[in-house]
Amino acid sequence: MLKLINVSKTFNQNTVNETKALKGIDLKVQNNDFITIVGGNGAGKSTLLNSIAGVFGLSKGKIILSSNDITDMPEYKRAKFIGRVFQDPLMGTSPDMTIEENLSLALNKNSKLTLKWALNNKKRKIIKQNLSEIDLGLENRLDTKVKLLSGGQRQALTLLMATIIEPELLLLDEHTAALDPATAIKIKDLTQQIISNHNITTLMITHDMKDALKFGNRMLMMNHGDIIIDINGKTKEKMTIDHLLKIFQKKNKQGFYNDRSILSLA
Amino acid sequence: MSLGFLITSLEQGLIYGIMAIGVYITFRVLDFADLTVDGSITLGAAVSSKMIIMGYNPFLTLIFATIAGGISGSFTGFLNTKLKIAPLLSGILTMTSLFSINLRIMGRPNIPLLSDDTIFDIFNVPFSLSASSELILILIVVLLVLITLILFLKTKLGFALRATGDNPAMVRSMAINTKSIKMIGLIIANSFVALSGALICQYQGFADISMGIGTIIAGLASVIIGEVIFGSEKLYFVIPGIIGGSILYRGSISFALMSGFAASDLKLLTALIVIVFLSTPKIKSAVGGKFNVKAN
Repeated sequence: MLKLINVSKTFNQNTVNETKALKGIDLKVQNNDFITIVGGNGAGKSTLLNSIAGVFGLSKGKIILSSNDITDMPEYKRAKFIGRVFQDPLMGTSPDMTIEENLSLALNKNSKLTLKWALNNKKRKIIKQNLSEIDLGLENRLDTKVKLLSGGQRQALTLLMATIIEPELLLLDEHTAALDPATAIKIKDLTQQIISNHNITTLMITHDMKDALKFGNRMLMMNHGDIIIDINGKTKEKMTIDHLLKIFQKKNKQGFYNDRSILSLA
Repeated sequence: MSLGFLITSLEQGLIYGIMAIGVYITFRVLDFADLTVDGSITLGAAVSSKMIIMGYNPFLTLIFATIAGGISGSFTGFLNTKLKIAPLLSGILTMTSLFSINLRIMGRPNIPLLSDDTIFDIFNVPFSLSASSELILILIVVLLVLITLILFLKTKLGFALRATGDNPAMVRSMAINTKSIKMIGLIIANSFVALSGALICQYQGFADISMGIGTIIAGLASVIIGEVIFGSEKLYFVIPGIIGGSILYRGSISFALMSGFAASDLKLLTALIVIVFLSTPKIKSAVGGKFNVKAN
């Protein structure tokens, strides 16, 4: 279970550029929750995920993961329990290393960095099997350098790397936004497949309201560093985009004149 | 061109090749522009020559020189990862400090080893190839270095090192501390460079405080020539290829000397070689771009 207690993040504190990106977020994520997060640009979605992943420290508040306080834990240590996929397909893999070399790094995530071989036949077998599950033909290209793969293939590989050792928490930051529509659909389906097969607790940011309603069992809408809508179960299933926008308008007291411009309805 | 000239270039190329591999580790694998090299190569020579005139076994001095090089690399790593000083400046600071440290170790600017035994005096092949026993010894050391490095790069730690130069954010998301990896890379690289320095001083029969000047450029030249000629795709070809690049580089330097250039012109020549190799792709694409416009 992930618990956020009064999490605040202010960038450039006490300067003219001061930005309050997160304003005291309280959030309880149950095990096996698949939560989608929507919100306009600057709503604080990515800041929320980066805070949980430990990219930067918090200004205030606490983060508890499986009853451990991870608030002050450095990013690389949290990575033991947290898998991540970024928007940019280039971010998640090492381009000059081969597919199997990249995946071996992921397989070795929880073991010590030693002078033992990074790859052996046993690991190759696991890698091959996992690659054939995602059904992109990559299992026959283990020796291919990742820089030769397409964006979609790289994103699929990153997704596999983030989940091959089952994480306690998976953070997806608009991981299909940089892909063409057909590939994006494939990667979304793959995401759904991996998450439901392994029951991984997931937070997924998306710009697409349809996706936010379609995927997961719970949805958050963020605005100006606050969570303004938090729905789950039946309420979420019955929710429509129009209804969501109405609630958004009502809750958003600063009053946007054109919500459709911030929330992509594509 | 005499056979002696070829063998000298070959031997020098092999010894300096170990240094070039160190440069390859920082510049290419780790993507860290490490200028410690100019100091750590002299450090290797300083430690080795000083220990030899103190009467230690010359083979043993190689080990201590290598360790000293590793320590100098860790200092650059400390400056960069702990004190957050930029890579270039961290290297320069260590290099500058090493000038004084090397003088302290040596006690004077130049240590001749002519009256002392070096590894090349001790080592003799049993069969009657005595003229080439130097070359055989050098080949053994270089092979050991190559095998060690290639095997290392296949380990978990080796993979982490390669990935850190390629995509540090990804490495962190794989629960690896990229700062420690950088540190390890700098230690390994400068160990190689110092080992090379120790071998050089024993090979040429003296250590000199200024012998390190321009080493980084020579190392880069070897790496670039090696990559251009032997390809840069498969890691396990690239590393021996750099030794090849180093041999070619030493060969062209000797050739330049024979064709009338003064020894003092060498640094300029080296810089010119690097400039030409580095700018070739740019010039090619610029010229190619022009042609494309015309073709349209």
